Amino acid sequence: MMSLHDNRRWKPRLLECEIPASNPKSLQISKPKKVNLRPHFLLLKFAFLPGFKYPVAKTGLPLWMLGLDADRLRADLNRLLAFLFHQGILDEQYLQLQQLQDESSPNFVSEVVNIYFHESEKLLRNLRSLLMDRDFSDYDKMGIHLNQFIGSSSSIGAKRVRNVCVAFRAASDQNNRAGCLRALELLEHEYCILKNKLHELFQIEQQRLLAAGVRYPMLN
Amino acid sequence: MRVERVISDENDSFPVGMRVLAVDDDPTCLLLLETLLTKCKYNVTTTSQAITALKMLRENKNKFDLVISDVHMPDMDGFKLLELVGLEMDLPVIMLSANGDTKLVMKGITHGACDYLLKPVRIEELQNIWQHVIRRKKFDRKDRDGSGSQDKPYIDSSEAAGLGNVDQNGKFNKKRKDQNEDEDEGRDENGHDNEDLSTQKKPRVVWSVELHRKFVAAVNQLGVEKAVPKKILELMNVENLTRENVSSHLQKFRLYLKRISCVANQQANMAAALGSVDSTHLRMGTMNGPGNFHTLAGPDQIHNAAFRSFQHSGVLRRLNTPAGVGISGLPSSGLVQLSPVQNLGNTSTYQRKLQSFVIPGNHNANILQGMPMSLEFDQLQNNRAASHVGQFPSVDNTTVLPVSSISGSLIDAGCSNSPLLGVTSNSLLLEGSSQLPTLHASNLRDSVSGFPNRSTLSDFTSIAPASNQLHGSKADIQDQAFPISCNAGKIISSAPQDWNAPKKDAPYQSNVPSCSINSLRAVNGDMAQLGQCLDQNNPIFNRNVGFDFVDPLSIKCSEGENLAMEPSVIEKEGYLMVQPSRQGIYIPDNEGENFAMEPSVIEKEGYLIVQPRRQGSYIPGNLGSLEDLASAMTKQDHDKGKPTDGDFGYNDYSLRTCI
Repeated sequence: MMSLHDNRRWKPRLLECEIPASNPKSLQISKPKKVNLRPHFLLLKFAFLPGFKYPVAKTGLPLWMLGLDADRLRADLNRLLAFLFHQGILDEQYLQLQQLQDESSPNFVSEVVNIYFHESEKLLRNLRSLLMDRDFSDYDKMGIHLNQFIGSSSSIGAKRVRNVCVAFRAASDQNNRAGCLRALELLEHEYCILKNKLHELFQIEQQRLLAAGVRYPMLN
Repeated sequence: MRVERVISDENDSFPVGMRVLAVDDDPTCLLLLETLLTKCKYNVTTTSQAITALKMLRENKNKFDLVISDVHMPDMDGFKLLELVGLEMDLPVIMLSANGDTKLVMKGITHGACDYLLKPVRIEELQNIWQHVIRRKKFDRKDRDGSGSQDKPYIDSSEAAGLGNVDQNGKFNKKRKDQNEDEDEGRDENGHDNEDLSTQKKPRVVWSVELHRKFVAAVNQLGVEKAVPKKILELMNVENLTRENVSSHLQKFRLYLKRISCVANQQANMAAALGSVDSTHLRMGTMNGPGNFHTLAGPDQIHNAAFRSFQHSGVLRRLNTPAGVGISGLPSSGLVQLSPVQNLGNTSTYQRKLQSFVIPGNHNANILQGMPMSLEFDQLQNNRAASHVGQFPSVDNTTVLPVSSISGSLIDAGCSNSPLLGVTSNSLLLEGSSQLPTLHASNLRDSVSGFPNRSTLSDFTSIAPASNQLHGSKADIQDQAFPISCNAGKIISSAPQDWNAPKKDAPYQSNVPSCSINSLRAVNGDMAQLGQCLDQNNPIFNRNVGFDFVDPLSIKCSEGENLAMEPSVIEKEGYLMVQPSRQGIYIPDNEGENFAMEPSVIEKEGYLIVQPRRQGSYIPGNLGSLEDLASAMTKQDHDKGKPTDGDFGYNDYSLRTCI
């Protein structure tokens, strides 16, 4: 792998990439708007090992086009996944999904996840409208929605979302409306986190593929 | 040998290419499942609608090997789909759900699922599902081939593989083996069949209503316990039906019966609860002639042991079937096999014999259980039911009718039951309507629950003097009992709401129960079967649960199968429905003795039509009693507890109503 030293020809502009351990805010992950041109932002995100300095550079030529990023991106991807597993946002089922992706179904994971997002948003809307209804009393219906949500979340590997759903279902079984509302809030929050993270994952994956794709011709 | 070879051939590619149908309304899971299954090298078809799935399955019976279905679906309950698929297409079905609650899993098992998977589904679990297909095939083959199936290595492997899964399969396996051993004589044929079957894929058999009806009739005739696929096949006399088809269907049927019996028990309990035996209500005025109702002194009258159980209350009313009424004329709802009119002459004795007892509500379970068998009436075969049924409508007197109808049915061995019915109804009418109904219902219920079906049946039969002639089978009695009760129920409550779904036969209120019975019904078998059934699980026959195949019309049964035995119906009104035989007792007895043992029917009037003299008969061993009753009817034999003492035989039984 080509080290950073090879990139000396361009003027490296060292961006602040040292991540102070004490400041968690620096870990904030924001989605860069133009990912392609600023890959280093992404790199920064994953460089959350304190004290680690990544020389990143902003050049006219995006790093990824140099085909140098494929490995790095893969490393970043793995790091992100490790992070998500650690946080409990995803679990092994997601790996199973990844394993199912192969030449015959190259976009399997993103397909499934997109379907999941679509369905989940529908479910969340339904749940929200059910609970917002002042005369709400149909806990059974809510239970049915929740069952589906639990099933799909566990199939995706969305552990935290699934756990919140389970708690939600328990509250619903007890006809505890306040509890349901709280659970719904929490569910929506967790769902947002999951969605963001998965988007990131896909972006890195996309870049990685691009980088890997680009690399080969360059090697030739 | 042959089978072995075939299996090995199959295994060359199997389970690769096994055709699976996946049904799930959640698209995420569906896509995941599809991909997983494809990864396992199965041939997958998916749909998100249960209705579409059913359509696909029905249009081509041979199109799939296995079905995987979600439990919670918007258009149809997963369990219902499971049932339908299992019964119609005889395919293994695996349930899938995010909810792994024990109750749900249990429900899946009772509905016949091969397996129950939890989401998220792992590929390892899916890699083994082919075992369910093999296992089923093995069973069929074994059934076919009595000789060498045991030593097939594959069988062992598949069994071993499937050990974790379905216990019942193992049981069935054993049963099959036993049966196979019993059927040595069939080996040649089996061998031949084996050859054909082993070399070609056996076509799927769709169990239509008609086919199923025949099947049930055959089973009833043979008796559930003794029902052996080979014999059933012979009885059914349907071409292009193989023994393994029958055997696998029988398996499912048994499962169904078990399930129903549980339901029936619950119903019985309910009924019992509802129908408090109110002795005060039981007013039996003695009626001369047709309308005589005597209160039975006590258990003595009940010959059947089972009978006695009913009689806690000690209130036995005898429903005097208006023998004069022309029992024959009674349109028994088919169930009741009324003995030929001739017996009517014995009415007086009959009436005495008619012991209707009020079964205290406490004994619900028993009663109802006892009843089921009656439901099964083989009688139905005789279409008596039909005739009976038809006649019922004539009796519009709700209160009275039940009784009359019952008696009518009982009496009318199969003849035009109408006259009797009419008579009884009249008599009933005389008795006074309003109060009785409730009483009767409850009484009936109680009685029904109280005693083993058989007894009810027997009572009924006694009620219907003619009945004995009609059917020796206990089933008959039960049938009769039921129709009566059914009708009674109908009349009384004007529709046993729940059960009388299929009101096809107007008289049959009991449609539902009857239907259920019908399904069970197929048992025109002997009482013996009935007894057996009773023994095992009364509710077996509780088809009230709605056997899909049961065509309410069939209740009328051209086959003379049970008429709507609506114990439930009666309960509705607080009347005791005689259903008890329904409970799952096949009233296999076709000996014509069994007439509707509708103990309940008469409740309305406060009569408890207690028929089941044959209480003892309900016990599986009792089947003999029923049969005895039957014979008693003819020859005046008594079974162990049979109350019939000559007179008391079924012949003498017309409706026993407890008033």
